[in-house]
Amino acid sequence: MARELWKGNEAIAEAAIKAGCRFFFGYPITPQNEIPEYMSLRLPQEGGCFLQAESEVAAINMVYGAAGAGARVMTSSSSPGISLKQEGISYIAGAELPCVVVNIVRGGPGLGGIQPAQSDYFQATKGGGHGDYHLVVLAPDSIQEAVNLVQEAFDIADAYRNPVMILGDGMIGQMMEPVEFVGVPKRQLPEKTWATTGLRGRENHNIINSLFIDPAVCETHNQRLFKKYAEIEKNEIKVEEYNLEGAEIVFAAYGTVSRIVKNAIKALEKEGIKAGLIRPITLWPFPKANFLKAADMPSVKAFMSVEMSMGQMVEDVELSVKGKKPVYFYGRTGGMIPTPKAIVEEAKKILGGAK
Amino acid sequence: MTHQIIMAGFGGQGVMSMGKILAEAGLKEGKNVSWLPSYGPEMRGGTANCSVIISEEPVGAPTVTEATAAIVMNRPSLDKFEKDVIPGGNLFINSSLIDKKATRTDINVYYVPANEIANDMGSGKIANMVMLGAYLKVANAAKEDTIMEYISEVFSGKKASVVPLNKEALKRGADCIK
Repeated sequence: MARELWKGNEAIAEAAIKAGCRFFFGYPITPQNEIPEYMSLRLPQEGGCFLQAESEVAAINMVYGAAGAGARVMTSSSSPGISLKQEGISYIAGAELPCVVVNIVRGGPGLGGIQPAQSDYFQATKGGGHGDYHLVVLAPDSIQEAVNLVQEAFDIADAYRNPVMILGDGMIGQMMEPVEFVGVPKRQLPEKTWATTGLRGRENHNIINSLFIDPAVCETHNQRLFKKYAEIEKNEIKVEEYNLEGAEIVFAAYGTVSRIVKNAIKALEKEGIKAGLIRPITLWPFPKANFLKAADMPSVKAFMSVEMSMGQMVEDVELSVKGKKPVYFYGRTGGMIPTPKAIVEEAKKILGGAK
Repeated sequence: MTHQIIMAGFGGQGVMSMGKILAEAGLKEGKNVSWLPSYGPEMRGGTANCSVIISEEPVGAPTVTEATAAIVMNRPSLDKFEKDVIPGGNLFINSSLIDKKATRTDINVYYVPANEIANDMGSGKIANMVMLGAYLKVANAAKEDTIMEYISEVFSGKKASVVPLNKEALKRGADCIK
């Protein structure tokens, strides 16, 4: 299939359908409305079910139900709507069910604005709901990568029985780029013998629950979850390293911001300054080892996290670098987008100071 | 060469379509492209703009802060985006609706009476294609033939009658550039 121009939100929805998603429950919010709009058209054509729920809370609990029955199911929203879904996401993580949640992030806190932001990093990676749990969080930097990651997200969710979040921003949702719907390699997945689809000749019926009233049992459940998370950390880290060789300064950026940083890196190169980038594609699990390795490079004088937030991922960068090199931050927030020029100036300030 | 274009006007002037047509043509020619719209509480009569990038290289930031060209369809767009054109870049002003001159002297400015030409052709809606024709004459971001190929694909069957109108609009726009 040739490359076609696709709008991010619609491409994400089509990718989900191509991955076998047949159920979508959502509630409208800008800037992700084209996802439910597209699903409402396409899912009935595929024999699936699109339902606009009465609220985000209802939508995520419908996801819980469909996931429990073993279906491939997705919901999408934007920041305030994702906040409303957190209780359900925690239940789904606790009950160990696979699903995909898309957050096309807008400026916050509160109702905030509708322009692109990355200020939901903490919420996505540190557990936005209650309890000890993790989502796998995937952050595409282009529409093509979004399409590939959405398809893989369903496999990751099924492989580990865990919710997976796609964390984009308003730019990923709204812009158009060439896309090719290439088949993402399918994983060998275990059969969903746990699904609540009726006895079907089995002796014991399946029960899906996140209630563990006996503290000892609840602790064991948590420990088991964390064994699973350790497996995910071992197997699922995705990261792009760009221009690291000989770099004096290493940027950390994810999603669309990483592309702005790449422009800044080219501009710095013209001024004789070598700069590199580590782009986490999985925000959880975080590519700690890549940062630690870069921190040990003699050429590297400093790190700088560039985000559309007041500084969230920078904390994971600091934890990963373990104090070996200074870590700086530059960010715009509330829907403002950093410019390559501003990033170049910040980098020069830091390197000037370090000399 | 990386073309970084800002197109701006009020809602209903077809700036989003103009950008999409250009991006589609760039893609047809095998280039890397991106199209980023302003979005939000936009409405007919409000302001709208999009950033289009067409490049042989992979597209970096989809945002355009250093434009090789800006196409402005109304006065607020001129006021907002004139400063974003790089020195030596091109600014296309819809002189039918903008009575003000550009203030920059380090860029090339082209005045195109797009609405007058479009009205003369019998369809005010085609002013965007007049501007696009002027732009394409100056910058080789895409070939006119490729634009027409895309337009013929979009407007087929009953709508095919608008294809010659679009072709004429591109030509009339190009003719404004001396």
